[in-house]
Amino acid sequence: MPATNAPARPLRVIVAKAGLDGHDRGAKVIARALRDAGMEVIYTGLFQTPEQIVQTAIQEDADGIGLSILSGAHMTLFPLVVEQLRAQHAADIVFFGGGTIPADDASELKRLGVREIFTPGAPLSEIIAFVERECGKRRELVG
Amino acid sequence: MIERTSGLGPDVTPEYRELVERWQGKAERTPPRTGKGSGAVDRTISDVALKAVYGPADVAHLDLARDLGVPGEYPYTRGIHPTMYRSRLWTMRQFAGFGNAKQTNERYHFLLAQGQMGLSVAFDMPTLMGYDSDSPKARGEVGHCGAAIDSVRDMEILFDGIDLGAITTSMTINGPAAIALAQYVVTAEHKGIPRAKLGGTLQADILKEYIAQKEWIFPPRPHMRVIVDMMEFCSREMPRWNTISVSGYHIREAGSTAAQELAFTLADGFAYVEAALARGLDVDDFAPRLSFFFNSHIDFFEEIAKFRAARRIYARRMREKYGAKDPRSWQLRFHTQTAGCSATAQQPENNIVRVAYEAMAAALGGTQSLHTNSMDEVLALPTEKSVEIALRTQQVLAYETNVTNVVDPLGGAYFIEALTDEMERQAEEYFAHLAEFGGMVEAVEAGYPQREIADASYRYQRSIESGDRVIVGVNAFEKPNEVQPPDLLKISPEIERAQARFVQDVRANRDGAAVEASLAALKRACAGDANVMPYLIDCVEAVCTEGEIVDAMVSVYGRYTENTQF
Repeated sequence: MPATNAPARPLRVIVAKAGLDGHDRGAKVIARALRDAGMEVIYTGLFQTPEQIVQTAIQEDADGIGLSILSGAHMTLFPLVVEQLRAQHAADIVFFGGGTIPADDASELKRLGVREIFTPGAPLSEIIAFVERECGKRRELVG
Repeated sequence: MIERTSGLGPDVTPEYRELVERWQGKAERTPPRTGKGSGAVDRTISDVALKAVYGPADVAHLDLARDLGVPGEYPYTRGIHPTMYRSRLWTMRQFAGFGNAKQTNERYHFLLAQGQMGLSVAFDMPTLMGYDSDSPKARGEVGHCGAAIDSVRDMEILFDGIDLGAITTSMTINGPAAIALAQYVVTAEHKGIPRAKLGGTLQADILKEYIAQKEWIFPPRPHMRVIVDMMEFCSREMPRWNTISVSGYHIREAGSTAAQELAFTLADGFAYVEAALARGLDVDDFAPRLSFFFNSHIDFFEEIAKFRAARRIYARRMREKYGAKDPRSWQLRFHTQTAGCSATAQQPENNIVRVAYEAMAAALGGTQSLHTNSMDEVLALPTEKSVEIALRTQQVLAYETNVTNVVDPLGGAYFIEALTDEMERQAEEYFAHLAEFGGMVEAVEAGYPQREIADASYRYQRSIESGDRVIVGVNAFEKPNEVQPPDLLKISPEIERAQARFVQDVRANRDGAAVEASLAALKRACAGDANVMPYLIDCVEAVCTEGEIVDAMVSVYGRYTENTQF
């Protein structure tokens, strides 16, 4: 069946909080904004391990994972999620994130395989556009 | 009509009536501003509706003695001291700490040598959540937001060479607050200083953890029980210790409005008062040791009104509802920190300016102490340079601007008094909602304040997205191709490895039988009605780690999981 005739299943995105970081204001705002933009959003709640986050994404057949970290643990936790995605053969899932992350750390994380890092003040419209574009591409490839 | 739209009435003399009518005519003919930020000219950052001008009608109902009083007298609307900053400036207290106990100890010695009288302990996230540094849960977090304190051995290093009888210590810790207090008592007593001589403050405000900061361990009810145990213990044995610093700061950072911060914080405070009264404690025994901690956000007048309203509401309830007789029980003393959430990663130098306005609002609102944020905190831990600028901002405010010379200088201003009333009205509305749930604990269990804050935070973000509100450098006056300052402070991963090895060494070099016995006794105390504080002190004496003590308590109380909503 040609894809154009199929009723489009909405993009599905996991919004995740990892480690011991309780700052969930940004994650909740992003979750709502993505939902208001027509996506299906699953918010993991706080204190997830990288393993749990990737498991949730696979079980939910998610197109993307957005991870929020404001505790300073980003250089530990982002790479662990990348590692888990590879180990679970799920590296096609668009993995992006945000938080209080210095620019040189963000470059390093992108080099390691995080697709995009958004820092405080990033417009919601920009984040929504990124998720729609990148998760949309993933959907076209994976179906 | 004129009263409602402007507050300029009552038009008691013909001359004034003519003036008011002229204003009305001109105001109606003047088109509102358009362009950047014009969508929010008629409301505060918290969506409180504003008139274009305020006047006598807005304060006509005020009863001077009942609503304003004089500084230093009930209901303390104008301040808790008769001459405020003329007699004593606010305390400039910069919260700091990172790495391990040894690094923090070195910092304390430096600060004490500079003449600082009080220490402030910032703990790292694993310590705040009840995990030892070698727990898998602690990965990547050890030493980042404060010092790692796993056992009394770390606490001994933290205060090595410091006379705990001569200083006061503020410990910003909530879930494991009772354990930190036990560690402090044991550390001091090993140095020969009796607990009765110890002075300091714990944050120990668990309700705002469920509402906003999310550093909880147990479910709300057992947590409340442990806090009341601590209040009771301090009433009996530690007369100089301040038990709870009831905190609105984190509620505001989570995205609440000013009125929500005011209402939920005071409601948390009243919940502790009610829990202690239910235990049979005398209100005048514990209330003078409660203090508050508020946020100072960027909406200048709204913040000043919030601080004034907080004092008035608190005084009235403490006296009228809870029957406190000691004036110290009526006085709301508070610490203020400028709003981290108002800082921007873009053009971070602009944050210096924001902090200055926010600090001034705190001074005009009558704060007792103040922390000014550093410009780069939105990016990382602040550098020494930016911490210095933040402190200098307070010093310029205190010594150069002269806002300190007159008590409550905005008191009586039509707008400030009207806004103070409006803050109080909105807070009372929230108190009524909370009462419908049966109290703050029940409301928290139902997720009510959490939901209200998430809604407010989303509305606020939308108003920025739409351009109704302008954030300089974010949605207006952006600088293209901005380069981030390179000199951000980072924590070495070696700290985590060393701290994990240290706690393992501590476990290997202690009396295992004493550890087991003290933890077993603690579990029995938790399951029964005994005050847990002496049992916690025994566990600390036996060199149980914080993680072990928390695990023992969790085996009785359970660990809280949030019913997540967004």
